[in-house]
Amino acid sequence: MTTVLVFLDHAGASLAKSERELLSLGATLGDVVVALAGEAEQAYLDGIGSYGVGEVYRPDSAEASDVLVAGKAVFLTEAVRASGAEILLLGNSYEMKEIAARVGVRLESGVITDVVALAGDLTATKADFAGSYSVDCRVTTGIAVLTIKPNSVEATEAGLPSPPREVRIPVEVPEAVARITGRTDKPVSGRPELAEARVIVAGGRGVDGNFGPLEDLADALGGAVGASRAATDAGWIEHSAQIGQTGKTVSPQLYISAGISGAIQQKAGMQTSKVIVAINKDADSPVFEIADFGIVGDLFTVLPQATEEIRKRGL
Amino acid sequence: MDEAPANGLHIAVLVKHVPDAQFDRHISGDDLTTVRSESILSELDEYALEAALQLVETHGGPASGHRITAITMGPAGAVAAVKKSLQIGADDGVHLTDEALGGSDASATSKALAALLRHVGPFDLILTGMASTDGETSLVPAQLAERLALPQVTFAASLDLTPGDDGWKLAARRDNDTFAETIEAPLPALVSVTDQINDPRYPNFKGIMAAKKKQIQVLSLTDIGLEPAEVGLEGSWTRVEAAAPRPPRTQGVLITDEGDAGIRLVDFLAGQKLL
Ligand SMILES: Cc1cc2nc3c(=O)[nH]c(=O)nc-3n(C[C@H](O)[C@H](O)[C@H](O)COP(=O)(O)OP(=O)(O)OC[C@H]3O[C@@H](n4cnc5c(N)ncnc54)[C@H](O)[C@@H]3O)c2cc1C
Ligand SMILES: Cc1cc2nc3c(=O)[nH]c(=O)nc-3n(C[C@H](O)[C@H](O)[C@H](O)COP(=O)(O)OP(=O)(O)OC[C@H]3O[C@@H](n4cnc5c(N)ncnc54)[C@H](O)[C@@H]3O)c2cc1C
Repeated sequence: MTTVLVFLDHAGASLAKSERELLSLGATLGDVVVALAGEAEQAYLDGIGSYGVGEVYRPDSAEASDVLVAGKAVFLTEAVRASGAEILLLGNSYEMKEIAARVGVRLESGVITDVVALAGDLTATKADFAGSYSVDCRVTTGIAVLTIKPNSVEATEAGLPSPPREVRIPVEVPEAVARITGRTDKPVSGRPELAEARVIVAGGRGVDGNFGPLEDLADALGGAVGASRAATDAGWIEHSAQIGQTGKTVSPQLYISAGISGAIQQKAGMQTSKVIVAINKDADSPVFEIADFGIVGDLFTVLPQATEEIRKRGL
Repeated sequence: MDEAPANGLHIAVLVKHVPDAQFDRHISGDDLTTVRSESILSELDEYALEAALQLVETHGGPASGHRITAITMGPAGAVAAVKKSLQIGADDGVHLTDEALGGSDASATSKALAALLRHVGPFDLILTGMASTDGETSLVPAQLAERLALPQVTFAASLDLTPGDDGWKLAARRDNDTFAETIEAPLPALVSVTDQINDPRYPNFKGIMAAKKKQIQVLSLTDIGLEPAEVGLEGSWTRVEAAAPRPPRTQGVLITDEGDAGIRLVDFLAGQKLL
C-alpha cells in the first residue's frame, strides 16, 4: 500500500482543524505516517494516533527548528526517505510552501501548491489567477509533494487516542543558514482563526480606525474579523488580519465586507467565499459585482443595526 | 559564490514579467501556458528592487561601489521588466531567454535562475519578491536558496545590513500567523521581501533618460551551460493537464439603505440559513 507522509509543524495542545483535514485526506490515499518538527505534548501525539497513524518521525535535535526553513526541509527529506513515502502532504502557509519547495529540490520531486482538491489518481486542482481559473496538474517526477489549502477536504471523526511509535531522525543542518534569533507571540483575539472561520466580517479604509462595529457583529455571528490592506497598513488592526493576494486566502460560508472597495488584490483572497455580503457608501464600488447581497449605505449605521437585530431575535 | 567583491555590494534583484492583473488573465495553447500580452513588472518585485535601492542608499550610495543588477528569465518581451527596473534605479540588467525555457515549472525555473546567477555572479545578496503575481507559488526563492546553498531569509518584512570585520551581517523580521521572528544571516544570502517592507518609488524623468544608457546582457541556455532538456516542459517535474476559467461570480441583490438595511441584512442571512 502507498505510504503517505503528513508534515505537521507547530504542535498546539491538540490537532488544529487544518491538521485533521490533512490526516483525513492522507487516509483516503494510503497508509498515513507523520513527520512532526516541533515539540509536542502527549495529548497531541495521542491525537495523531487517533487518526490511525502508527508512526511519528521526529528530529533528533531542536536545531532543525532554529534555522529558517532549511533545517525542517532537511528533516522532512530524511523522514520521506526513512518512511518510503510516495506522497507528501503539507499545509499551505508560506513556511509550509517553502519547506515543500526545498524538499522538492532535494528529492528531485515536483511540488504543487494551493491544492483545493485531490483525486485518487493524484490529479491536483488549484484555483489560480485570483480564483478566476481552475487548473488541474500532476507531479510527473519523484514523489508527489502537495500543499493543501485549509477547508478543501472534510475532516473525518477521530478514533480513540493512542500513542504512535516515535522514530527519531538524525538531522544535519546545512552550513550556510539563516538563524532565528527571537520570537514574539502575537496577541490572541479569542475569535476563530481566519482560515478556519465559518463567518468573517472584514473592514477596509471606510472603517476609519474604528473596528468596534465589525467586532460586535463578528461576535454576534461567532465569526472572525478580517481587513483589507488599506486597513492593516493604517495600523488599525494586526497585519495577520489582512485578506487578499499578499494576506490570507479565505473561503468561509459567509464573508461580510464593510468599507472595502473590492480591488483585485482583495478579491483574490475572498472570492471563493460561499456567500458574500458587501456594505459600501459608493454604489459604483467593484465589490458589489461579486456580492450576493449588497447594501449601499453607511457601515456605521447598518452594522450596529444588524448586530442589534441578531441579538433581538435571540439568535 | 564564495568570495564577496572587495569593493561594494553586488545585489541581484529577480524581476518577473507577468500578465497585468487589472485585465482578464488566460492560460492557453497545447502547452497550457500563460498568455503574456498586457504584461508588466510583477508588482511584488518592485518591493525587492526598492529594498535594494534603500540598502545602497543607507550604505554610502553608488559612489561606494555598490551595484544592483536586475535579472529576468522569460520570452523576448520579458526584457520590459528589466527596462522598468533600470528606470527605477537598477544599474544594469540580465535577460535569460530561450525557446526551450517555455513551460518551465518552479523547479525548472529555479534550476535555470540558479545557473544564471552562478554565471553572472558572484552576488553578495539576491533579492526576490515574496511571490510572483501570476503563478504565485512562492517556491522559486526557497528553491534558489537550496540550489545555491545560500542562507534563506524569506518573507522579510524588514531588512538591515551591518558591515563587520568578518563581512556583512543581515538582520530581518519575518511575520507568521501567530508570531513574529527575528532572523540573522551572513552574506551572501538569498532574501525575499513582502509588501510590508517599504513603499516602492516610481521611475522619474531623470531615471527614464538614464536607463537608456544602461547595459542589458542577453543570455541563452548555452551561455549558462544548461541543456534544453533540463528546463522547459521537458525538464519540469509537474505538468498542467487542464485549465479552465471558472464561471465568474454574479452580482446578487443590491439595495440602498432606507433606514432598515441592517434588518434586511439579517432577513437575508436568515433566508440563507447563515445565522
Ligand atoms: C502588490 C499589491 C498587493 C496587494 N495586496 C492586497 C491584499 O492582500 N489585500 C487587500 O485588501 N489589498 C491589497 N492591495 C491593495 C489594493 O490594491 C487596494 O488598495 C486595497 O484593497 C484598498 O483597500 P480598501 O478597499 O479598504 O480601501 P479603498 O479602496 O480606499 O476603499 C474604501 C471604501 O470604503 C468605502 N467607505 C468609506 N466610508 C464608508 C462608510 N462609512 N460606510 C461604508 N463604506 C464606506 C468607500 O466608498 C470605498 O469604496 C495590494 C496592492 C498591491 C499593489
Ligand atoms: C496559475 C499557475 C499555477 C502554477 N502552479 C505551479 C505549481 O503548483 N508548481 C510548480 O512547480 N509550478 C507552478 N506554476 C508554474 C510557475 O508559476 C512557473 O514555474 C514560474 O516560472 C515560477 O514560479 P512562480 O511564478 O510561482 O514564482 P514565485 O516562486 O511565486 O516567485 C517568487 C519570486 O521569484 C522571482 N522569479 C520567479 N520567476 C522568475 C522569472 N521568470 N524571472 C525572474 N525572477 C523570477 C521573482 O522575484 C518572484 O517575485 C504555475 C503557473 C501558473 C500560471
